[in-house]
Amino acid sequence: MTDTRTITVTVNGTPHTKEVPVRITLADFIRYELKLTGTHLGCEHGVCGACTILFDGRSARSCLMLAVQADGHKVTTVEGIAPSPDALHPLQEAFRDNHGLQCGFCTPGMLTTLLEFLGDNPDPTEQDVRIAISGNLCRCTGYQGIVLAALDAAKRLKAAQV
Amino acid sequence: MKPPPFQYHDPKTLAEAVGLLGTLDNAKLLAGGQSLMPMLNMRFVLPDHVIDLNRVEGLAGIRDLGDVIEIGAMTRQRDIEFSEVIKAKCPLLHEAIQFTGHRQTRNRGTIGGSLCHLDPSAEQVTVAAAHDATIVVAGPNGEREIAFADFPAGYLTPAIDLNEIVTAIRIPVWPAGHKSAFVEFARRHGDFAVVSAAALLAIDNGKITRASVTIGGVAVAPVRASEVEAAITGQAPSSELFRAACESCRAIEAMADIHASAEYRQHLAVVLSRRALERACGFATPGALH
Repeated sequence: MTDTRTITVTVNGTPHTKEVPVRITLADFIRYELKLTGTHLGCEHGVCGACTILFDGRSARSCLMLAVQADGHKVTTVEGIAPSPDALHPLQEAFRDNHGLQCGFCTPGMLTTLLEFLGDNPDPTEQDVRIAISGNLCRCTGYQGIVLAALDAAKRLKAAQV
Repeated sequence: MKPPPFQYHDPKTLAEAVGLLGTLDNAKLLAGGQSLMPMLNMRFVLPDHVIDLNRVEGLAGIRDLGDVIEIGAMTRQRDIEFSEVIKAKCPLLHEAIQFTGHRQTRNRGTIGGSLCHLDPSAEQVTVAAAHDATIVVAGPNGEREIAFADFPAGYLTPAIDLNEIVTAIRIPVWPAGHKSAFVEFARRHGDFAVVSAAALLAIDNGKITRASVTIGGVAVAPVRASEVEAAITGQAPSSELFRAACESCRAIEAMADIHASAEYRQHLAVVLSRRALERACGFATPGALH
């Protein structure tokens, strides 16, 4: 017998009401029910960080949450970062300009994690950035471009606020 | 990698949660989910019922009670990390929590979940032992307190009944101006420590008047290095004193696993206990902290 529940989750500003099996993870709900496949699943046990989303504004691993736990809450995925379909967020621009991605698998987790981090710490050191993304594995870049992109994004975000 | 089928319960009150736990067979409590969810995904655990504590009122919060800080079991590790009360009155926990997982896991992970999962290397567990904390549990017959020394029953197993829920940890505060340090050796930042060491020192007139030295990750539960504590109490702190005293940690009965042999863990216990004491006193110590 599969236990199900009807939940309402606001994802990237849009409320979605669905009946879901209670055992389904938030990650699978986002990918298979909402068809938002920008959130990637690497390890599915909380190690790789690719599935990181913002849960009520805080970064969290969506593979380590049940979809039913998101009932009544707000989720931001990588699809919700850019201000419009034609424009990139300054963080995304910084990733593009600094070669912050190669295959792109880890990128959704990097972006969501750094979006929260740069809100907490608008003026980070390189060491701060490295600790912030210590829970996000990248097998392409050696992290150099990602760290540069994060530091560059901090500058762009500050400049945009002035 | 999907959780096995189970029935899901999300009680709103502690009484409701205790009631469910007492009546449902093969039930698991879900706190922050940073240990249970991987175990469900990998099907290491196969519960018939999952009781989610995330909607229970009143289980989260940090309360400054003067001589004691009480932290609700569902308090997120992030809230401990950024708490001014913890930073000012329990600097050991403030320092140790930075080693716990990553920002994404600290945003969800709870102190109560970590204490109940009772990983031998968990930083919060080591701090609980160092501070002689008290664990508060609620069951069908009300509330009771358990001294942390009596809390571990075995590997990953707290000494609570199947129908009891940990609701808070009470941490006795050391005097203002006390010294503390937390050090650990891990392969990568955010990993569980292979071995960790926590030091608390009260120093008066140049002499150590009270000492707590705790080694995590060396055995199934944190070990208080009582020989070290006895050897340095009453003495003036110095690197020579600490070096000689910490040698006794080589006799700690250590476990061996894929990460390290027992002998290597004993070696780390000697080195890290000394480094923790030196760092607490502000002596320069070589070696990376992360």
